[in-house]
Amino acid sequence: MNETSPNSFRNQPDDRGHFGEFGGRYVAETLMPLILDLETHYRAAQQDPAFAEEFDDLLEHYVGRPSPLYYAERLTEDVRKDAPDGKGAQIWFKRDELNHTGAHKINNCIGQILLAKRMGKTRIIAETGAGQHGVATATVCARFGFPCTIFMGATDIERQKPNIFRMKLLGAEVVPVTSGSATLKDAMNEALRHWVAHVHDTFYIIGTAAGPHPYPELVRDFQSVIGKEARAQMLDRTGKLPDLLVAAIGGGSNAIGLFHPFLDDRDVKMLGVEAAGRGLDKEHAASLAGGGPGILHGNKTYLLQDEDGQIDEAHSISAGLDYPGIGPEHSWLKESGRVDYDSATDREALDAFQLLCRTEGIIPALEPSHAIAAVTREAMKMERDQIILANLCGRGDKDIFTVAEALGTEM
Amino acid sequence: MTRLSSAFPSDRAALVAFVTGGDPSPADTATILDALVEGGADIIELGMPFTDPMADGPSIQEANIRSLGAGTKTADIFAIAQAFRERHPDTPLVLMGYANPMTIRGADWFAEQCKAAGVDGVICVDIPTEEDDSLGPALRAQDIATIRLATPTTDDARLPAVLDNATGFLYYVSVAGITGQQQAAQDSIAAAVAKLKAQTDLPVAVGFGVRTPEQAADIARVADGVVVGSAIVEIVGEHGKAAGPHVRDYVKSLSDAIRSAR
Ligand SMILES: Cc1ncc(COP(=O)(O)O)c(C=O)c1O
Repeated sequence: MNETSPNSFRNQPDDRGHFGEFGGRYVAETLMPLILDLETHYRAAQQDPAFAEEFDDLLEHYVGRPSPLYYAERLTEDVRKDAPDGKGAQIWFKRDELNHTGAHKINNCIGQILLAKRMGKTRIIAETGAGQHGVATATVCARFGFPCTIFMGATDIERQKPNIFRMKLLGAEVVPVTSGSATLKDAMNEALRHWVAHVHDTFYIIGTAAGPHPYPELVRDFQSVIGKEARAQMLDRTGKLPDLLVAAIGGGSNAIGLFHPFLDDRDVKMLGVEAAGRGLDKEHAASLAGGGPGILHGNKTYLLQDEDGQIDEAHSISAGLDYPGIGPEHSWLKESGRVDYDSATDREALDAFQLLCRTEGIIPALEPSHAIAAVTREAMKMERDQIILANLCGRGDKDIFTVAEALGTEM
Repeated sequence: MTRLSSAFPSDRAALVAFVTGGDPSPADTATILDALVEGGADIIELGMPFTDPMADGPSIQEANIRSLGAGTKTADIFAIAQAFRERHPDTPLVLMGYANPMTIRGADWFAEQCKAAGVDGVICVDIPTEEDDSLGPALRAQDIATIRLATPTTDDARLPAVLDNATGFLYYVSVAGITGQQQAAQDSIAAAVAKLKAQTDLPVAVGFGVRTPEQAADIARVADGVVVGSAIVEIVGEHGKAAGPHVRDYVKSLSDAIRSAR
């Protein structure tokens, strides 16, 4: 593994949880002692080999890690058909959609439930957008015998029905949230409200690399298994590092999990892909492209907001990307210039979704479909011997109803 | 003497009354603020509406939605505050709200606006002492009080940090929870206030879940101030632009109870 030097991009945040001007702990006083306590326990866990051992063991035998690194040969060929002469980079996928429960979300949930256990908490709450984090949380709660309450926007419940039933089968209570836009940000508000009233016994498993410190850091650390594995696998298979990493960004956890272990590999470029929804000039969920710095949900970061700081509603066909903010480390990585950010529209994601189904026999989730859309664009511009590694962070079973509707197909 | 420090009489508790600015509309807020003063409120807390009021229960959430739905802008809140200051030169006015609307144009901008509008203090729900530098220094430089919240989870080890740079008064949130829910037991309030007063000379006002004159009187016996919010906001919700007299009568019932409590 590479060293972290003073110039490293890998030694954030500082001891106040700040990534440059971003991050921090913007929470009500009631929660503050709890957040500090969480940090103390996390630091202790980081020093405890038994914690890492249990985490690794569960990832291997329960989640099914390491996930494969896969060369998408037919997708690469397909891109090369339309690429200029000599262009058309190799496209590789980190197959986190093969994890137990179908997405990267479970990596983080395993880490956080082990922390909850360490802290002696007896019940778990979580917010969810696509329902993937809700399912992953309900799963680890069943596995460890914790009662579990999931907050989910009423709008998202409508478009992610299969996941509601999964959560219920796993024994979780799903609370529909009707306030605001009834999507992910409102589910997070409601989870925070619930948490404030149940601080003593309740652990909040946040589903992305956002929220008050230490969440962005610990979610990143738990998700970094993606990038650590991928880096070793790529070196093993090709003898070199990839030229470009690509990942979709909702709150940014799968992206930071892939990127972070490579941040000090200066020759590896990185691209985070936000959801451009109906277009960046219309309704979208691209907070870096279309927002500005502000404070929400415990951290300072880029937000979709108006001039008074009122939060705008996001839109994306993918419920998991439909959030008006982004994890604070991405805001910092954008401003530092280390990572590039781009976006893909609903339409482009739908096209990429179908392309992957047909060329590779893989039905991706709508979230990584945004990354795949960007991958095909970038591959056209790159040399044939170059390598793109994208995070295939979720499978599409949950999205087939949404896609059928968008394509105007009867199921 | 500032308006805030003279607002806590020595012989009785002060009544601190909260409403959301711009609810039901920016034009109707003045009448409601006047009703608070006529009813006997000693300190006015004017809520700045926010799309994502994470620490508020349903009543104040709905007030935020009504206010924003009526088109309330930050400029309207300062206009409401300034007009209040002209009508009521001596009644302290405190802005209460969330970090993002307060800091979006920069802390200095916000502090200058507060100063110009005659605002006496600011309560920011989601800027704990750890993040004080994102707003506190700018406010204190303009002599605007930075009013801190203490809660049942604020333990002895943490309290000095909370009190550091706390000015105006200390707001004790008596329950771990959101606004407008249940009230804490009287014994626990008395014990908590005694603990806080041992550590600070600031007046201690107690709020969250106070609804009845009896509850207000109970708190008034042990604290320097009683904060009432959701119960007033619900009256505004029910009566809309005609809420003035209802608000005044209700606030008067609280004020009378507080005045005869000790
Ligand atoms: C499969 C999948 N990918 C991505 C996301 C977006 O989250 P993040 O940006 O934290 O990876 C979600 C969120 O639900 C998801 O389910």
